[in-house]
Amino acid sequence: MTVDRQSVRASRTVPNSLPASIPFAAMPQHPGSLLSVADLTLDQITHILARASALESEDPLARAHRLAKRRIALLFYESSTRTRTSFELAAKSLGADTTLVSSLSSSIEKGESLKDTGLTLRALGAQAIILRHPSSGAPWLLSQVTGLPILNAGDGLHEHPSQALLDLRTILACLRPGVASITADTLTGVTVTITGDILHSRVARSNMLLLPRLGARVQLCGPPALLPAIAAEIGPGIIIERDFDRALASSQIVMMLRIQAERLAGLQLDLDEYRRDFQLSAQRLAAYAPTAPVLHPGPVIRGLELTAEVADGAQSRILDQVRNGVAIRMALVERALDSSGVTQ
Amino acid sequence: MNLPAPLTLLRGGRLIDPASGIDEKKDLLLRDGHVAEVAAPGRVRLSPEDAARALTLDATGLVVAPGLIDIHVHLREPGQTHKETIATGTAAAAAGGFTAVAAMPNTTPTNDSPEITRWMQSPERNASVRVFPIGAATRALKGEQLNDFAALKAAGAVAVTDDGHPILRDNIMREVLIAATRHGLPVIQHAEDTRLTEGASMNAGPVAYRLGLRGMSPEAEYGLVERDIRLVAELERESKGARPHLHVAHTSTAQAVAAVHQARRNGLRVTCEVAPHHFLLTEQHVGCYNTHAKMNPPLRSEADRDAMIQGILDGMVDAIATDHAPHAAHEKEVEFERAPNGITGLETALGLCLQWLHGEWRLPLSRVLSLLSTQPAALLGFKGRGTLAVGSFADVVIFDPDAKWIWRAADSRSRSRNSPFDGWTMRGRVRYTLSEGRLVYSA
Repeated sequence: MTVDRQSVRASRTVPNSLPASIPFAAMPQHPGSLLSVADLTLDQITHILARASALESEDPLARAHRLAKRRIALLFYESSTRTRTSFELAAKSLGADTTLVSSLSSSIEKGESLKDTGLTLRALGAQAIILRHPSSGAPWLLSQVTGLPILNAGDGLHEHPSQALLDLRTILACLRPGVASITADTLTGVTVTITGDILHSRVARSNMLLLPRLGARVQLCGPPALLPAIAAEIGPGIIIERDFDRALASSQIVMMLRIQAERLAGLQLDLDEYRRDFQLSAQRLAAYAPTAPVLHPGPVIRGLELTAEVADGAQSRILDQVRNGVAIRMALVERALDSSGVTQ
Repeated sequence: MNLPAPLTLLRGGRLIDPASGIDEKKDLLLRDGHVAEVAAPGRVRLSPEDAARALTLDATGLVVAPGLIDIHVHLREPGQTHKETIATGTAAAAAGGFTAVAAMPNTTPTNDSPEITRWMQSPERNASVRVFPIGAATRALKGEQLNDFAALKAAGAVAVTDDGHPILRDNIMREVLIAATRHGLPVIQHAEDTRLTEGASMNAGPVAYRLGLRGMSPEAEYGLVERDIRLVAELERESKGARPHLHVAHTSTAQAVAAVHQARRNGLRVTCEVAPHHFLLTEQHVGCYNTHAKMNPPLRSEADRDAMIQGILDGMVDAIATDHAPHAAHEKEVEFERAPNGITGLETALGLCLQWLHGEWRLPLSRVLSLLSTQPAALLGFKGRGTLAVGSFADVVIFDPDAKWIWRAADSRSRSRNSPFDGWTMRGRVRYTLSEGRLVYSA
């Protein structure tokens, strides 16, 4: 080797000019899309919440004229009860025609790519696509290749933005009833504890990216296998508390998550130990968070992350969340197809 | 490309030949595919009949340097011609100023035989520049049964590797090192402990977590580098005289470069290369799931990226190699986790190195050219290349060192377009590339 050893200087530091001068384009997306909660401004969120309330209380017959005969495709590569039905009901409430394409009853089974499926739906007249997909980031691809408004109904381990918005609506109804517009201080002083399988949870990620922007503190709780320390580094306002009882004691909102057995990928978890340390039981709730509303994005596995008593108990807001889901998704579907709702 | 090489006179250029320490205006005469004469400007004397038939290239204001050498490319042939062929890949190489490339064996079928090794070098492949095949270390890259290194070498293989299927088992890696050393071949390792990276598609860290992607930890790279160095050290102690040569492909972590550096200080024959994307880009470039920012090893943290720059500036890195990995558009236009790894690199390496290493970080031009030519030639033992001394091959790149231009992937001579540098400003425009005396590119 002919390395010029004379010019070797071990302590030289790299000039820092690189990052700023490197262009990397954010992909253009349709203004009606919702791919990540991080894409929404607080004003846009205020508007979505307001539209959710307005649409919810509107006369159903009047409401059904809003998107009469507009076409919306639901493209679901993963099973879903709540999200799919809720989006479908939301779109239909506004008068839109919906069609469901699921991976088990379509050409997806034959190997058709996401791009081709998206282009096909667009050619069939779909004006917006609601996508659930097992790969993180799939909505960005669909958005790029179709140019249509895309609503992310859950992508891989990544995000579930409509869930975070309906959780926010639920939280506001509990803690800030009557608040009409949200700001960076709306949830100041509120600690939301999310407990369980944080690693695999897109619901957790979306909430972690959303709630601190309103001033809330997001406290994560769970064993290291399901909650790596790195989770707290994805944004401001996120802390980790491994002791569930201590976490509960400082919580104004308690959000429980299911263990995603289908994504564990060989992870060995002692479920008895998990129940002992992290199950939300009536006793625990009474002892440490006797007034905090309990949220769960579903599906609930009774007897694992929480007991039936808690799920059905007075502090449970689980069914409120489901109801809020329809309202929020009406607002999102309207936003996707009605550009006048976008500029707000 | 069987035409005889014309007699060529390169006049008025600034000759930079790192191997012989020359950096001054010289004229260069190329005859029969070799450098025949290096002389002061205007001092090459030609007979009247030679003068009449010689091709004269005016290199005034241009740099004349040994043709660049990329010791890590994927030419995809045989078997994956929808991505690249030897003809298109070497055309891209010529456009980028490269005159020799070492081709990885992960073709279809795998290059694990002398027949395929010879097939890749056959004139029928229509290569613009010299192709040096790298043989598979084990049968079908399975890490079980060693190939016949003697036969591979006799057929023209310049090194052995299992490439993207790193050799994890200690005893197999040991055997590979022993057998390769016996035949004077370097062992190239793509250092990735694949037991730790299952299902992962980018660097492990907050960015991967934020994007919901499983991450590859730096440990998966440097852990295997350290294991390999340990094996090399053991073999050196046990054997008398024979020295294994371990070459670590595309190092991307600070610890891996440090481990290689330390091994060399301990007297071991361990070398490493760095790819331009690893000294320019970081995991942040994955952005919104940009599959042109997906490669293996992945784009790392800013600290690792800075360590690659530092390693290059400090002379710890032995070569710059592109890991040119063409993929068809439809293969990259898929969900991030499903997209294949890799980007093209042959046409952007010089422009990026001159723009950043030389222009921004003041690495002398001769050092940049050494990393792109002289050192990689020495690393894989390419005799008569990586230098323009009289008698060496007439492998020459002639470029305008200050010309700025914008790289457009759509203009690529590669069959594929998967470049993350599309639209970037490059510095240094290749005007001519000569491979063994033949003009294979001009602009």
